[in-house]
Amino acid sequence: MSLVNFTTREITCKIVYYGPGRSGKTTNLQYVYSQVPADRKGRMVSLATQTDRTLFFDFLPLDLGTISGFATKFQLYTVPGQVYYNATRKLVLNGADGVVFVADSQVRQLDENIESLQNLQANILEHGVDARTLPMVLQFNKQDLPSELILSAEELDEALNFRNLQTFPADALHGVGVFETLKGVAAEVLRRLSQGGSGARRM
Amino acid sequence: MDLNPRFRFEGFVVGASNRLAATAARTVAESPASAYNPLFIYAKSGLGKTHLLQAIGFLALERESTLRVEYLTLEEFVERYQAAVAAGQIEAFRRSALETDVLLLDDVQFLAEHREMQAELLRLTEALQAAERQVVLTCDRPPGEIADLDERLVSRLSGGLLVDIAAPDFETRLAILHRKVTERGVEMPPGVLETVAEVGASNVRELIGYVNRLIAFQAVGGGSLTPEAARALLTDGLPVPPVAPGPEPRPSAPARPVPVEPDEFSAFVSAISTTVAQTVEAWRSRVGEAVLRWQGEGYRTHHLEQLLFSEEIPDIAGELAQFAARVEELRRLAGEAAAFDPAAAGHACFRDPDQVEEARAFTARVKEGVEPPPSPSRGLSFAEFIQGAASDTAVRAAHAVVEDPGRRFNPLYITGPSGTGKTHLLNAVGNELVAGRPGAIIACLSAQTFTDELVQAIDAGRIEWWRRRFRRADALLLDDVQLLAGRDATQEELFNLFNAFTDAGKQLAFTSDRLPTQLSGVAPRLTTRFEGGLVVELAPPDRTTRGVMVRRLLAARNVAAEDDAVEYLAARPADSARAVQGLVNRALARMDPSSETLTVHAARLAVEGRSQRPSQMQAISATVPAGLDPVIGSREKVVWDWPGAADRLIEELR
Repeated sequence: MSLVNFTTREITCKIVYYGPGRSGKTTNLQYVYSQVPADRKGRMVSLATQTDRTLFFDFLPLDLGTISGFATKFQLYTVPGQVYYNATRKLVLNGADGVVFVADSQVRQLDENIESLQNLQANILEHGVDARTLPMVLQFNKQDLPSELILSAEELDEALNFRNLQTFPADALHGVGVFETLKGVAAEVLRRLSQGGSGARRM
Repeated sequence: MDLNPRFRFEGFVVGASNRLAATAARTVAESPASAYNPLFIYAKSGLGKTHLLQAIGFLALERESTLRVEYLTLEEFVERYQAAVAAGQIEAFRRSALETDVLLLDDVQFLAEHREMQAELLRLTEALQAAERQVVLTCDRPPGEIADLDERLVSRLSGGLLVDIAAPDFETRLAILHRKVTERGVEMPPGVLETVAEVGASNVRELIGYVNRLIAFQAVGGGSLTPEAARALLTDGLPVPPVAPGPEPRPSAPARPVPVEPDEFSAFVSAISTTVAQTVEAWRSRVGEAVLRWQGEGYRTHHLEQLLFSEEIPDIAGELAQFAARVEELRRLAGEAAAFDPAAAGHACFRDPDQVEEARAFTARVKEGVEPPPSPSRGLSFAEFIQGAASDTAVRAAHAVVEDPGRRFNPLYITGPSGTGKTHLLNAVGNELVAGRPGAIIACLSAQTFTDELVQAIDAGRIEWWRRRFRRADALLLDDVQLLAGRDATQEELFNLFNAFTDAGKQLAFTSDRLPTQLSGVAPRLTTRFEGGLVVELAPPDRTTRGVMVRRLLAARNVAAEDDAVEYLAARPADSARAVQGLVNRALARMDPSSETLTVHAARLAVEGRSQRPSQMQAISATVPAGLDPVIGSREKVVWDWPGAADRLIEELR
């Protein structure tokens, strides 16, 4: 199935928010959800544990209406960040058009960030996709925390961004950088389309 | 542009926010080009920049009416400049601008949109400053913040005085309100204007708007306006913050890092729309543009149009390149076909890139139908031609034609008796022309073939085809033109071809057994044209030439010969190469098969008859005239072996 269907004039875009546990993936989706006008709000499906941790995944369908004659729909997913839910992560990752890697800016979370990023690479590879070709952006979340607790965007870029991806400092709790990140990944996904037929394929 | 009389210093309310600007402006107006030059005033919209600028103009004129003061918005300046450029009057425009004593230029922030004007403004500012003329500019931002502004211009504009006008403070707002109310001749109840000034306005125009609303309200309502009513009126009934200090807003929790935009979702949708337009649909735009372009050039674009309905995004670059390549191929084929038949290039298949194969086949058919005219015989070259004193001039003329075809001797007319090598020389010229210009079409044929082909073409209704066939040629070499005698239609065609060839600088060459003036039955318009070039004669070969011919003919057969035999054969009277060849052939036929050398004996036997006895030989010799019989005309036609009387009787009895 292609991402852009010219026959039915539909654009469907699956974006997966990936990252270590508690990095703020669900918060990103919640903020997006909070900004959708009431008349266009769908249902955000969130399967969470009692302690409010994502057990399976979050799913937020976004109907952007008709854009350039295309019924445009974004489907935002998050994966459970905890290490032991890798099977779920792989499942959610299947068919993704783009990935937002939400990194936790806290200094003590650096190893988790790296581990999660490696896990992402491995899972992408398992789907038989070259990670270099999958549209992806990095979000450095929690940049609002006191500076002594976090790594700066530059430091995180140095540590995590070896693919020279677009990066977005963010404070997802307050919405800072959330839509910028989403715009960034959407642009990457759509831009890839313009580079030829292969870009219209999902992973 | 005329100055607005309302904009004078007298009408400009000076407050803390604009005092510096007003003072600087007045100073400049009082003594142009002596204090601040240029003066650059920047402020947000509605704070009085234009007012100050025009006030400078008025005051300067009041003080010295002979000054030439020019007030222009940047847009007007640009328009004048562009009009001058369009009229080719740019120098007049510059001269006129340099005669200005005070140049007042408003809204220069639009320079960002007129990059070409930046250089012009820089030049003008420098020149005016050098000539001690005043320049005052206004802008909504400082020079350094004007996008894409030339660094030199930034430096130049900042080099005088840079002053800004801030939003008016309460006192200034109140003063402005008082001034405006007074100008209108209206009185406001106490406290109203203060209340209005408290409401605040980011610029003076807004304040004037407030005054207008208050005056209108008073005029319609008839009653007097209270400060509360004025506040409610100006805030459009929105909750008015209490004038008296009220309770403090809630103490803020730890501040949020960045305030969030009110409608991020709409902004997001808008951004995605732009991206979709730029990416998803961009390829359609490219295909659409290509369709329009190629249709405009008259090509069918069915294939590209089909692409627009693709479900998948095709390889646009590849598809467009492929289409362009097919168009290029069609153009090439059309050009090729046009060379054969100009009308063929208009065939529909050359306009449809989906039918390149058909166009190729069509071109092949066109080419097939228009085969090039007969070309020279390969075997007849200059190397094979035996040159002697009798042919020297003709050969040199032939070489000259080859070296400079179409220009030196055009036409070349070779005349001479039959068998002297005219055809050989003509074909040799043709072959050399082909060698000198590979791919050239050299038509070389006899006049008889020329006529025959024309007759066939007329029969088949392909006269145009026949004409194109010859007109394509780069040279026309026609043998034995005496055969054109009485062929009026052929002469007519040759006449036209002759003119076309000479006009195009193409070479013509003709051979004949007689001079042009002796060509009976050939129209004078042709014979005179033949004479107009170079007429050269090939005479019968002399003895030396015949000797060379004999040796070469024997060598070609790998036969050695006694010198005496060669000399003997060369000494025989022969008026043409063909006659020499006949002699040699006969001698070779008489050769002893066991011998590899032609002896003089065999030669004599061949030439003089069967009898080997000297008496017999003498007898035969006696029957052969020593000289060429002018009536017979050719040695070939002499009967060498007369039959005996008995043989003649048998023939007669039969």
